[in-house]
Parts: sequence; C-alpha cells; structure tokens
Amino acid sequence: MFDPVPLGLAGELFPNGVSRYAIGGLFVGLGVTVIYLGTGISAGASTFLESTLSYVSKQSRFQQFRFTSTRDWRVVFTLGIVLGGALYGLAFGEFGWTTEVQWWRLLFGGVLVGVGTRVGKGCTSGHGVCGVGSLSETSLLNVATFVGIAIGTAQVVAALGVTP
Amino acid sequence: MAGETRADGGRHPLFVPAILLGGVVFGFGLGLSQMYRPEVVLRFFQLTDMGLLLVMGGASVVAGTAFAVLSRTGRAAPLTGTQFGKRVKSMDRNVVLGGGIFGVGWGISGICPGAAYASLGVGNVTILYALVGMFVGAYLQGYVRSTADSAAATTEEPA
Repeated sequence: MFDPVPLGLAGELFPNGVSRYAIGGLFVGLGVTVIYLGTGISAGASTFLESTLSYVSKQSRFQQFRFTSTRDWRVVFTLGIVLGGALYGLAFGEFGWTTEVQWWRLLFGGVLVGVGTRVGKGCTSGHGVCGVGSLSETSLLNVATFVGIAIGTAQVVAALGVTP
Repeated sequence: MAGETRADGGRHPLFVPAILLGGVVFGFGLGLSQMYRPEVVLRFFQLTDMGLLLVMGGASVVAGTAFAVLSRTGRAAPLTGTQFGKRVKSMDRNVVLGGGIFGVGWGISGICPGAAYASLGVGNVTILYALVGMFVGAYLQGYVRSTADSAAATTEEPA
C-alpha cells in the first residue's frame, strides 16, 4: 500500500505500516453501519453458526425464535462477507492465497472458537466492533477476556515451538 | 426482534440487498485489513505487529458513531421499522467463560468467524478446517445446553 517510510516506535509497532489496517477497519465499520442504517440490526458474524444449524438440527437450543427468524438473512450476510473477500482478492491480486498455519491448529482452534463465541454471546464483530463501539460493558469485558487469553495462548503455542 | 418480517407480513424489497451490501463491504474490509490471514493475527498475538488494534479500533469508532448518532434521532430504520437503539446483551458469567474459550481457540488458530468467511472468499480453502471446527463447536455447545435445558425441565429445577 501507500505507507510513508515507517520510522522509530511506529515502525517497531507497525512494521507493515498502518494504512491497510486503518482503512480496512473503516470498511469493516462501514459494512456494519450500512446494515444498521437500513435495518436497525447490529450484526455479528458468529450467530450465523447457530442460526444455520437450525436448518438441520432439531436441538431446542438452535430452534429458538431468535435463530429461526433470522437465519435467512444471516446466510445472506455471510455470503456477502465471502463475496467481499473474493472481490478484495481479485482486486488486489491476492486471490488464491492459502494459509500455512497447520490444519490441526485451524480445526482444533476452530472448535473452541465455535464453543466460546456462542457461550460468550458474540465474537470479534458482535462484541469487538459493535459492542465496543457502543461502549457496552458486557462487550468490553468479553473482548478484554478473549484478547488477553488469545495473546497468552498464542505465546504458549509459539514457545512450544509450533510454527506456523 | 429486528430482522423479522414487518407488521404487514412482508419484508422491504431492499432488506436483503442492504444485508448483502453490508456483508460485501465488511468482507472487503477484512481482506484489505489482512485479518483474513491467520498469520497476521498471530503476529499481533506475538506483539510484533499491532495492526489488529487499528482494525478493531477503526471499525468500532465508525460503527459506534453510527449507532450513537442514529439512536439519538429517535427514528426507526427505513427497511424494518425497528427503532434505532442500543444493543443489549446481558452480563453473566458466560460472558467471561465464553470469551475465555474463544480466546484459547483464537490464540491457537489465529482466525475468528467473520475473518474465516472472508478468507474463504479470497480463495483460502485451507480455512475450511477452521470453519468446520466452528460449526462443530457451535453444535457441541448447543447439544449440551439443549440437553441440560430438557433435563432441568423434567426435574423441574429452578432455571
């Protein structure tokens, strides 16, 4: 991107510059704003996991009205995110990039993400963006917890010599 | 609850397009911000690139400003008739318990739900491991809670 030469402390904290992070974050917030402005909904990404399971599972947890009545548009929201990622990849020549992080980290970590976001009532978008943005105490506590624990966990995993 | 059908039984024709557009902009942002790469998130956890804070911070400021300004108008959203207002999520021990479990999973994998959807869009098929894991995890907690709820109902324990 178009970063000025990183210098000093900023260069140490942000070795890859600040532009793409800041501008990308503005787009994420803009996406949330478009939906809220039109519909009054502050959308999070992880509810999709449970609302989509309501199509195929009769478990009472998933058959709650708050999931069955919103599952259709949540599928649309998620498809939009996938499409947005594809447009980005094509526009910036990154389409087809694949991660080198080992499959078992993604799978096992993913299971815990699935459990934790649903027990904790939200994820990085619902709590991290919408909740923090509206200064919700519930969300601030949740975000402080998951960011702190994630840093600690990743440090341990790295210390055990797992790369990437 | 917002996002259901309107009182007249139908949805505004622009409801689905608005959700789709918001999702596309959201996903594009997760691409631009590089959060679709677990490697970049893991670098934040190693405290060697603090970019993630700018992403979450920038997104929060934009969304929070929109929430605050629109809530103050006292008006209703044009496509649903839902009054603009603050989102409320109740505070209980699950907020910390769930956040802790999520944190361990995020620290191991470097990926969260929204970023995983965007990553799939970029063509990162390997992220399907994480997406399958997330569905399995969401199912497991739902199964356990459904079973606990029905057990509580049959023994008539206080909720």
